[in-house]
Amino acid sequence: MSIDIIIIGAGPAGMSAAITATESGAKVLLLDDQPTPGGQIYRAIEAAGDKQATILGPEYMAGKPLAQNMRSTNIEYVADASVWQVTDEREVGYSSNGQARLVTAPAIILATGAMERPFPIKGWTLPGVMMAGAAQTMLKTSGLAAEGAIFAGCGPLLYLVAHQYLQAGVKIAAIVDTTAKANRLKALPHIPGALRRWDLLSKGQKWQSEIRKSGTRIINNVRALKVLGDTKAEGLSVNAGGTWQNIPSDHIFLHQGVVPNVNLSFAASLDHDWDEQQLCWRPKTDQWCGTSIDGVYVAGDGGGIGGGLAARASGEIAALGSLAKLGLIDTAARDSKAKTARTTLRRELSIRPFLDTWFRPSDDFRVPTDDDAIICRCEELSLKDIRDTIEIGLVGPNQLKSFCRAGMGPCQGRFCGLTVQELIAKQTNRPAADVGYYRLRPPIKPLRLEELANLQIEEDENIKF
Amino acid sequence: MFKRVINDAIADVVFDFEGAKITARSGESVAAALLADDLLSFRQTPVKDLARGPFCMMGVCFDCLMVIDGQPNRQACQVVATSGMKVARQHGAAELNIDQADPA
Repeated sequence: MSIDIIIIGAGPAGMSAAITATESGAKVLLLDDQPTPGGQIYRAIEAAGDKQATILGPEYMAGKPLAQNMRSTNIEYVADASVWQVTDEREVGYSSNGQARLVTAPAIILATGAMERPFPIKGWTLPGVMMAGAAQTMLKTSGLAAEGAIFAGCGPLLYLVAHQYLQAGVKIAAIVDTTAKANRLKALPHIPGALRRWDLLSKGQKWQSEIRKSGTRIINNVRALKVLGDTKAEGLSVNAGGTWQNIPSDHIFLHQGVVPNVNLSFAASLDHDWDEQQLCWRPKTDQWCGTSIDGVYVAGDGGGIGGGLAARASGEIAALGSLAKLGLIDTAARDSKAKTARTTLRRELSIRPFLDTWFRPSDDFRVPTDDDAIICRCEELSLKDIRDTIEIGLVGPNQLKSFCRAGMGPCQGRFCGLTVQELIAKQTNRPAADVGYYRLRPPIKPLRLEELANLQIEEDENIKF
Repeated sequence: MFKRVINDAIADVVFDFEGAKITARSGESVAAALLADDLLSFRQTPVKDLARGPFCMMGVCFDCLMVIDGQPNRQACQVVATSGMKVARQHGAAELNIDQADPA
């Protein structure tokens, strides 16, 4: 079978793109690294019932009809597929069940979603410290919650997960809020734009007031954090207003926003821009989600953070763009079908400037000040290690990588790249955009030599390897 | 510790963790099943021999690496638990054992 469109990622963007593309007769291959569709936002949605609805809320349950719709279409959907390469010739390398394959298609849509921003504080590598998104994943996939945990950081997800914990009847030791007071004034001019999603703002208010009413301890204006413990987390040391206090807990959930998961788009050599508002890299895209490589599209949070509904809309737009490019629909049909999605996308993005400004993580939480805070988790390099290496006179992350191995471990810089970039910028007094990012190369996921040796190449004339 | 606040999935998966029998819910990851059993430390790091456990639960941090069915460097948060599986903590970097490699 010849494939028209390969979609990578079965979250809101990938599923919407797959549905839209199939409706117009395209043959779609949908690859996803999870066992079931949904991405992170709708993780394990197919198994969700009444209890999940009560605890996780209607925004989560909205993913269920989407997944059902995706299942009912004639899509070739491969779960547990780990995509390790996308080339500028639109070859996709992936492995599933221990078998590596190389497939090509005239159009590829990357819908790789978001990941949580690194939160490099002292002790963040200790067992028991996890990201708040991880806490939510365990709630979604296994119904698991940790009694007496601490939620620390900033951003809507922190309060969302804390609220879901309370809905589940799970006590929280404390919410430690690192949002800078100064952000509020800067966010004020963005309120008129945000009013288009006033419902979301009032929902945030409701979560906060319910959390307060529950008697949960909330500590505001936090300037510094350290995780306590030697071999596992035993608590969190919190500096609010200049004084330190210790809160004991075995479970600490950190969060300071999400950023596009750009390892695949960088490794595919797509052009990227530094987004100063969202403090992250995003692939350059046109109005149909097309990128610097002809026939390669990026949809959803992988192209910039907009949330689940924006991801669904941009998935449709990317699919329509690629359908027109493939000649499966004409441009008039493309433009008229995209109207609703464009309205949704505009509405969803209207609240971002407000949210991004209000919840902008403080400088000291993006680049730590504790000498022994670990920056690169994989190679176990501290702030001092990285700083000393920069002092040799290094100008960029790639030189730094060669000198001290930062970013060369299994996570391939996912949890140190942004910190290293901003640290170099700070230390050499340059804008972060000029410093650049690690040069990422395929395979972006672990690939066994045995799998590569047994690589199956789908029938095609132009394959080079 | 972690507790089950939703308990609607069938607990019909039994796997081996270093000699202990662990019960998992159908469809859940090895990492989730072990966290539910109050295991937080999944491996010792290759550089400084320090304890690490699951951190992101979505396959991006690689801190939950374990030896699963004899194969090292498996992401426990990405592997669905199945009955009869043998799971062990990973100590340091994986060793490349050429003799045991499958000649295929």
